[in-house]
Amino acid sequence: MIDENTVRHVARLARLRLEPEEEKVMQEELSGILEHIDAIRSMDLDGVPPTTHVLALENVLRADVPRASLPREEALREADDVVDDSFGVPRMD
Amino acid sequence: MALRDLTAAEQVAALAAGETTSLELVDAHLAAVEADDVEAFLAIDADGARDRARAIDALPERPPLAGVPIAIKDALSTRDIVTTSGSRMLEGFRPVYTATCVQRLEDAGAVVVGKTNMDEFAMGSSTENSAYKDTLNPWDLQRVPGGSSGGSAASVAQRQVPWSLGSDTGGSIRQPAALCGIVGMKPTYGAISRYGLIAFASSLDQVGPFARTVEDAALLLRHMVGRDPMDSTSLDWPGEITLPTATDLAGLRVGVVEELMGEGIEPGVRAAVDASLKAIEDLGATVVPVSLPSALSGLATYYVLAPAECSSNLARFDGIRYGHPVPADNLLDQYEMTRGQLFGPEVKRRIMLGTFALASGYYDQYYGRAQRVRTLIVREFEAAFQDVDLLASPTSPTVAFPLGDRTADPYAMYLADVCTIPVSLAGLPAISIPCGLSDGLPVGLQLAGPAFSENRLLDAAHALEKALAFDTRPPGLTT
Repeated sequence: MIDENTVRHVARLARLRLEPEEEKVMQEELSGILEHIDAIRSMDLDGVPPTTHVLALENVLRADVPRASLPREEALREADDVVDDSFGVPRMD
Repeated sequence: MALRDLTAAEQVAALAAGETTSLELVDAHLAAVEADDVEAFLAIDADGARDRARAIDALPERPPLAGVPIAIKDALSTRDIVTTSGSRMLEGFRPVYTATCVQRLEDAGAVVVGKTNMDEFAMGSSTENSAYKDTLNPWDLQRVPGGSSGGSAASVAQRQVPWSLGSDTGGSIRQPAALCGIVGMKPTYGAISRYGLIAFASSLDQVGPFARTVEDAALLLRHMVGRDPMDSTSLDWPGEITLPTATDLAGLRVGVVEELMGEGIEPGVRAAVDASLKAIEDLGATVVPVSLPSALSGLATYYVLAPAECSSNLARFDGIRYGHPVPADNLLDQYEMTRGQLFGPEVKRRIMLGTFALASGYYDQYYGRAQRVRTLIVREFEAAFQDVDLLASPTSPTVAFPLGDRTADPYAMYLADVCTIPVSLAGLPAISIPCGLSDGLPVGLQLAGPAFSENRLLDAAHALEKALAFDTRPPGLTT
């Protein structure tokens, strides 16, 4: 079971603005889903390490050589607000 | 025979024999794409496709897939062709580059005709979570095509294209393939570059083919596998994907996953799967029961890990660099309002679930434990493959369900992937082939193998496909 305050806290962490009605539905639905998920909390996992990668492979690194990147005008072309060749955003406070 | 009835391999052969042209093929398929009776497409590039077909027809030497039309799931970026991943968050977004796997197919001569509908950001099992429209199942227009790659599956079943690309995180290729009566394959994790695939859950996501024959799926796969410098998780492919030729299964040991044949599997699905297991035996294979005790915990494990990863991957969507923000006076409000208004309900649910599972105080109980259950599942598959060459199970516990049937109950929708998720968690390759009908609707058989066993899987699926002789034409479809 997950309470209203937890829903609000998590929504804030996730940068999601939920309407009050949405919060209520979210609380019910997440609680319902967690009831099923809770099955894994009672499993015996002593000595079982977490999976990090499904296939054990070596790390892949490329040569540290400069190369051409996306031209600035292409990188900016999908943005609604472009200011001085940069992405525009509202003030932070 | 109508051009749309030809498999991709037959189209390649007809082109080579000079019996048709790329433009003729593309035109024939575009007519069905533009009519779009099953609402499979979100974007159609008719002019571009015709231009590319003409250019290919003018080449002195035909590339291997010359002029064969293909549809691409809208989760894969295509330069200058609107790519939304089924979300309002990316409405009108025109990528500045093409996904490597799509580029490789275009380099081989394939002609992209359009982008297919999907559950928003690939989260769903019916394509009803698309922000734009519902796609219909060609076998029954009142039913879902499955998901999340529902548009790609429906377009192939409806013969709008001979083949298409999807992406599979927990079953998003195999399950819609099963529900639409076609072939769908999720290769080994890392087989195909994901550069240009809009990420959902990075430890699980894989691109793969839809087709009406196993041979076509192999042909498509063959042109996509291999390392890409732009995706550090992509693998050097050992050897190459060969076109399947097997006519029997002599000497093969096939394990039937007991946990995936019991409660929750519809009787009609079980009957069709049992009949195909009998056919597997008749082809000379040995069929033995196999237990994967943690397989049924896969669903709960997946619904911690996939949302956790999605909550991180989808943090990038804020409407600033692409998409359109909901304007506000300060940045935090703008982030929250944009994400709150432009993400659909299922995406928000998963971001919430994932953020919760990763949050301080809950991490060990949920995310940490899920990663350990994942290890159990990986180990159980490893142990099973000590004893058998392939594993068999239903692909989906049910046939296609009616539109709207499960939208009110998120967990009921999640259950659609109970048979496909364990394989995904273990990063293994698996193929779904149509194996029969239940009440007139297609049933899929899932075959899974060890990592890199694609050629073995394709060969076995091909031999079985020939023996089962399933007719992939939906009732009433005229071409």
